[in-house]
Amino acid sequence: MKTVPPPTGRGVSRLRTMRLIRAFEEKADELFALGKVHGTMHLSIGQEAVAAGVCGALGPDDYILSTHRGHGHCLARGADVGRMMAEFLGKDTGYCRGRGGSMHIADLESGNLGANGIVAGGLPIATGVGLSITMRKTAQVCVAFFGDGAANEGAFHEAMNLASIWRLPIVFVCENNQYAMSMPVSAAMGVDRISARAAAYNVPGDTVDGMDVAAVEEAAAAAVGRARAGEGPTLLECVTYRYKGHSKSDRQRYRTRDDVEAWQRRDPIARCEARLVAEGALTPERAAEMAAEALAAVDEALRFAEASPEPDPATLLEGVYA
Amino acid sequence: MSRSLSYAEAIREALRQAMDLDPAVFLLGEDIGVYGGAFGVTDGLLTTYGPARVRDTPISEAGLAGCAIGAALTGMRPVLEIQFMDFITLCMEQLVLQGAKVRYMFGGRARVPMVLRTPAGSGTGAAAQHSQSLEAWFAHVPGLKVVAPATPADAKGLLLASIRDDNPVIFVEHKLLYRTTGEVPEEPYVVPLGAADVKRAGADVTVVATSVMVARALEAAEQVAADGVSVEVVDLRSIRPLDMDTVLASVRKTGRVVIVHEAVRTLGIGAEVAARIAESDVLYHLHAPIIRLGGQECPIPYNRALERAAVPQVEDILAAVRQIAAA
Repeated sequence: MKTVPPPTGRGVSRLRTMRLIRAFEEKADELFALGKVHGTMHLSIGQEAVAAGVCGALGPDDYILSTHRGHGHCLARGADVGRMMAEFLGKDTGYCRGRGGSMHIADLESGNLGANGIVAGGLPIATGVGLSITMRKTAQVCVAFFGDGAANEGAFHEAMNLASIWRLPIVFVCENNQYAMSMPVSAAMGVDRISARAAAYNVPGDTVDGMDVAAVEEAAAAAVGRARAGEGPTLLECVTYRYKGHSKSDRQRYRTRDDVEAWQRRDPIARCEARLVAEGALTPERAAEMAAEALAAVDEALRFAEASPEPDPATLLEGVYA
Repeated sequence: MSRSLSYAEAIREALRQAMDLDPAVFLLGEDIGVYGGAFGVTDGLLTTYGPARVRDTPISEAGLAGCAIGAALTGMRPVLEIQFMDFITLCMEQLVLQGAKVRYMFGGRARVPMVLRTPAGSGTGAAAQHSQSLEAWFAHVPGLKVVAPATPADAKGLLLASIRDDNPVIFVEHKLLYRTTGEVPEEPYVVPLGAADVKRAGADVTVVATSVMVARALEAAEQVAADGVSVEVVDLRSIRPLDMDTVLASVRKTGRVVIVHEAVRTLGIGAEVAARIAESDVLYHLHAPIIRLGGQECPIPYNRALERAAVPQVEDILAAVRQIAAA
């Protein structure tokens, strides 16, 4: 895991994305604590560099398939914060008209084919997206995000195999955040690196520091480039950490406060910002403004969401069939 | 122009015409290429359409179900063959949690125009893991459509309709029907999803049947006609959506109804049809209690006599019709 200097100009943009993700999720956490959220949620605080770096390496026509911990992917792909917040609160103006909630946000216009409540559920679907791209002969790429827990599902292995034999333009991005709920990676699999499993499918595998947005973006860009050039899929493991519990039921008995704090000292946002300031790409004043802008954007989104109407129960059956 | 085709040939013709008419249509499945499919349905298609559109796959049912969903979400119209309906259990997560739900979960904005073709049913000595009829499982899921053609002409028209439909359709073929023949129009046409069909008109007893049971019901109807009992046979054709208007109109007329399917009787499609009759004003027109026939409370056994006894046969339908006609 090497450290890579952030690409000039892009670095500020990635910092802005990560700030927005964190502001959104901290607000989500706060709203939950206030009892304003009907369902559960899965926060990716700490993992922002993966979403920002990978989506930063994509073009406007590319696809992503996200996970239950998908707020970051969606925002990094360019979703409207207001419509996301509205969906989080179950409003009719949300991306899914209040039918999906946090776990199912999709933004088809930005190529986001949706978060997914099933671990590894998006991976077989990614093979179909990849096949569709090759049959339609476009130069698109599909990114399939998944967690370390998903790497032990049969769906992961079936999808890797299909992508391999058909050389599909897919980047499998594993966000290894160390725990599948409470199950540590070290106890859940017999390999040290999830990317080692790529060898079983004759696919390039790479592991990067998922707390370093520039390192993630460089590795993702290489994988995207291979996919676009018709050279097939890549398995990219991003080693990261979720600061918050798995979901709202998590009492975090499987790790210590020291564990969490050790990872927080490598915080992707603080590191990125410090580096940009040190390199002169950003002044400390501008960095502070960016942080405030992210909070303001989320506040504005919340105002939109709270002012939005609830879905009418008379529309319950709309959207089941096309 | 129509001519006689087998059920398998009618399905193959529908696949050819769908691929000729729409470049987004393609086939994928295990051994559908050079092998021609486990039951020969896709025989010869590889030669015409090539390996990209007649795509042989590894044995990977869950992956393939997801593959069809992903392709459908992004502009294609995949037709997936699952070699035996029993193996659809391996596709359950993708079909039920993903394919059936993405449109609704996303607020009604995605389309999943895919078809999953699969041979179902017993009668081939394939025993418990290659003989089931699991259509009720899928009919229980809002977001899916389920059809089960009983004749070559319906197989072609329903398959063309299923491929054009913008929703995931489970297309249930019956192994014993593949070699049965019937008149099939040459040109492409659709049989609408959700439309039952009166396969024989009658006045005294309605038999509501699906798939292979339609032919058995027609044979039973022919035999009791000699006794002066006039049987109307309603072929449901689609399980979801269910055309209860046709069923209710028939039962309102006859006042007697036998419902028959091969799938296990308990909690089967017949229970739903019976309940809907009982919930309607047609209840007041019934001259006798509803009779349901279906698979017995056991896995499909291997032995010929046991296998035959596990699902309704012509004589079972005959006995039920005679019983209800005398009531």
